[in-house]
Amino acid sequence: MNVRILQEFRAITGDRGLITSQEELKTYECDGLTNFRVVPKAVLLPSSTEQVQEIVRVCHREHVPFVARGSGTGLSGGALPIKDGVVISLARMNRILEVDLPNARAVVEPGVINLEVTERVAPHGYFFAPDPSSQSVCSIGGNVAENSGGAHCLKYGFTTTHVLGLEVVLPDGTLAHLGGKTLDAPGYDLSGVFVGSEGTLGIATKIILRIVKRPECIQTLLAAFGSTSDAGAAVSEIISAGMLPAAIEMMDNLAIQAAEAAVHANYPDCGGLLLVELDGPTAEVEALMRQVEEICRRCGAGEIRVAQTEAERAVVWKGRKAAFAAVGRISPNYLVQDGVIPRTALPRIMSEIERLAAEAKIRVANVFHAGDGNLHPLVLYDRRIEGQEHAAEVLANRILELCIEVGGSITGEHGVGEEKKMMMSKMYAEPDLETMQRVRCAFDPEQLSNPTKVFPRPRLCGEKPGEYKPHPLEAAGIAERF
Amino acid sequence: MAVLPSASAAGTAIGVPWDDLRAIAGAEHLRSAGSADRVAGIQPQMVLEPDNETELAAALRCADAVGMSVVPRGGGTKLGWGNRPIRADLILSTARLNRVIEHAWADLTLSVEAGCTIQDLQNALSQHGQHIAIDPLWPDRATVGGILSTNDSGTLRIRYGALRDLIIGVTIALPDGTLASSGGKVVKNVAGYDLPKLITGALGTLGVITRAIFRLHPLPRKVESFTFAASDLDDANRLILAVHNSRLAHTGLQARFSAEIAPAVDIRFEGTDTGLAAQAEALRSLVAPATITVACEEVWLARQELWSSAESAAIAKISVLPTSVSETCGRISRLADSLGVKWSAVVQGTGLGWLRLVGPSAPAIHQVLQTMRPELESLGGSLTVLHRPLAMPAMDTWGSCGNALPLMLSVKQQFDPHGTLNPGRFVGGI
Repeated sequence: MNVRILQEFRAITGDRGLITSQEELKTYECDGLTNFRVVPKAVLLPSSTEQVQEIVRVCHREHVPFVARGSGTGLSGGALPIKDGVVISLARMNRILEVDLPNARAVVEPGVINLEVTERVAPHGYFFAPDPSSQSVCSIGGNVAENSGGAHCLKYGFTTTHVLGLEVVLPDGTLAHLGGKTLDAPGYDLSGVFVGSEGTLGIATKIILRIVKRPECIQTLLAAFGSTSDAGAAVSEIISAGMLPAAIEMMDNLAIQAAEAAVHANYPDCGGLLLVELDGPTAEVEALMRQVEEICRRCGAGEIRVAQTEAERAVVWKGRKAAFAAVGRISPNYLVQDGVIPRTALPRIMSEIERLAAEAKIRVANVFHAGDGNLHPLVLYDRRIEGQEHAAEVLANRILELCIEVGGSITGEHGVGEEKKMMMSKMYAEPDLETMQRVRCAFDPEQLSNPTKVFPRPRLCGEKPGEYKPHPLEAAGIAERF
Repeated sequence: MAVLPSASAAGTAIGVPWDDLRAIAGAEHLRSAGSADRVAGIQPQMVLEPDNETELAAALRCADAVGMSVVPRGGGTKLGWGNRPIRADLILSTARLNRVIEHAWADLTLSVEAGCTIQDLQNALSQHGQHIAIDPLWPDRATVGGILSTNDSGTLRIRYGALRDLIIGVTIALPDGTLASSGGKVVKNVAGYDLPKLITGALGTLGVITRAIFRLHPLPRKVESFTFAASDLDDANRLILAVHNSRLAHTGLQARFSAEIAPAVDIRFEGTDTGLAAQAEALRSLVAPATITVACEEVWLARQELWSSAESAAIAKISVLPTSVSETCGRISRLADSLGVKWSAVVQGTGLGWLRLVGPSAPAIHQVLQTMRPELESLGGSLTVLHRPLAMPAMDTWGSCGNALPLMLSVKQQFDPHGTLNPGRFVGGI
């Protein structure tokens, strides 16, 4: 990278805010998805909105692509650096700026860790609802980029539900305030579009969050079934009985084994484990939990336990939240997938995954957010065995195709990023993608903010949308289009 | 910053492609517009009722190509919301796009065409004990496309979220004829940009909604509402905040204010018999010494009632923080009283409220609105004028959208480069 540009960066962030040594840059070569790696030209660590603006202005002037990065826990390569580009780490912008309990709002910088928000407001009986499994390390800025979910979004919604407003640095360095502390600000819901845009529309530098009052009572039921399809039948009955649990999670036998090996959650050894959490007023929860128990028994559950205390619940959740990492105990390498299906397609997809796995001679452990049909198949393989990594990738992609075939999605919470951008064409038709890219052209016509992610092909923002018109040279018969 | 093409002056003759539009939707579905089709006082030339989204997109493209302006219309209940259009040539009605495409009841999702009325929809859903958890204005006539475009959800929002939180997929027709879908029919989906949110509340200025997919909720087993009286505005605000800070699981919370009578606060619970009894008990001790009385469900129509006999009234939507409700209403009250304007308001626990102002003259009403808007904006809130008496001086519907306006103009430019859709009706001249 041009020395003059680096000097400009250094003048903005100071020596401590600029990383250029190859050794240190390697720390940033990937995010939580480690099979893509690119070493950036520089990493910048701004400590204020103004510094972010100044950096982005330089990038804009010099046409240097940039990638914003939070804690780097993303699982789709969203924070993968761009060759010849820089990484802007928001890790130093980690202050909780304001907590407004009577209005249930908090204003935070993007580098604040998800769990810290809950820790700050918990003494007053509030919590921040989005709870991705990585919540003890992932940042709010990253949650905003990915529209992160978590186990409790079945009832409480996703990050987007809990973001009321944003201060963002646009890809030309200007500042814009989208949404706000009050609801329904006049104009387009650009905050709604920004959340989940995976860093392609700019960089959020302040985030106005909604916090939620902790319910009076929380109970978590653990039920052991012979198979995931029996457990799936119980889920369907719970939903059709008119209940909206705070969370419904499912694990298959391989995932249970992994969780046991890693954190000793004391799960029953069974074919399909269901975890149902109800929350709300005590009388309501108690009445409904009895019904959930009855449904589980009717659907063939063996052992049923209800965790009532905070400590008991913590143990139950520990196994589930550790499940991804725990798979490392039973397989040297694995891919985490993130497909979504209409919940009723679960039995069909499960048997299809089983069949495909057997054919490919690859094991697949399954962890789901069963209430909303979000599957996390963990495709296990051994990189040392020739061809197995490739076979695992093929299988993982085939699972996503299955999700699309039943009307689902290629990602429920991990994002498209680098990993799944080619799958976007399978999920959406060309006009759908073109239309989404109009938003990108409005925010980032020069395609500097995390370019090459999310979409299979960039759209040239100078292109006139609409019908094909021949170029004058074509019309004159001088040139031809292939 | 993008620059919108300036629309030609109202009334300029346009080569109307009657034949093309007839060919697209059939001659019987294209008619001259009458006075009942006026849009905020502007007389359109024609009304087209396509049968399906392909026809709708083709008609939109046809109009765009000749420079006609297009006003999308559902039930027409909120057609007066927004600024007066710069011009309105063609009304593109979704009246015949009124089919329920798929009610996947076991998956709690619904795919529906934009012209379906909310009442028809909820009736169909109730057969499986489900609903879209919204209670918008005039559900018997309001359509899916209309409530989405105006972002009108209702009192259930405090528990179930706004329309933006319930819509999971959308298909829109763009002025160049593109039919584009985003989102899908699963509740959880982060693939691509969230266009359902962009289009919600966009007042039909980016594209015409042709279908939408929603997440559904089970109908409550039982519903019970209560009302309690507050001594004054501050007391009402204190009670609202006390409810927020409690562990009650209410699905509605509103305060009714007016110049004449003491404020009343309404709260709604849903659940099982035992659950409801426990919540009522908790509420009783929370609001003591105020007493609670059982309220009928009609109490939740208070917002809609603001529109009754509203010809000479103005109605505005206000948005403030929940802690600022009494301060805001106090200021409105003092100002209105000093000008002889009668005021009443329904303010939800979310800080969203609807204000009605009546007499003694349109300029007096205008003065209240003009004075209050910057005051609310200085508190971080907003004031949007939804309805005004004919005699009232012109006033921008929306107010400021701050430094996000250039970005909004750019988005508009990308989606509707010729300014075909609802020109001039939205923020900043969009």
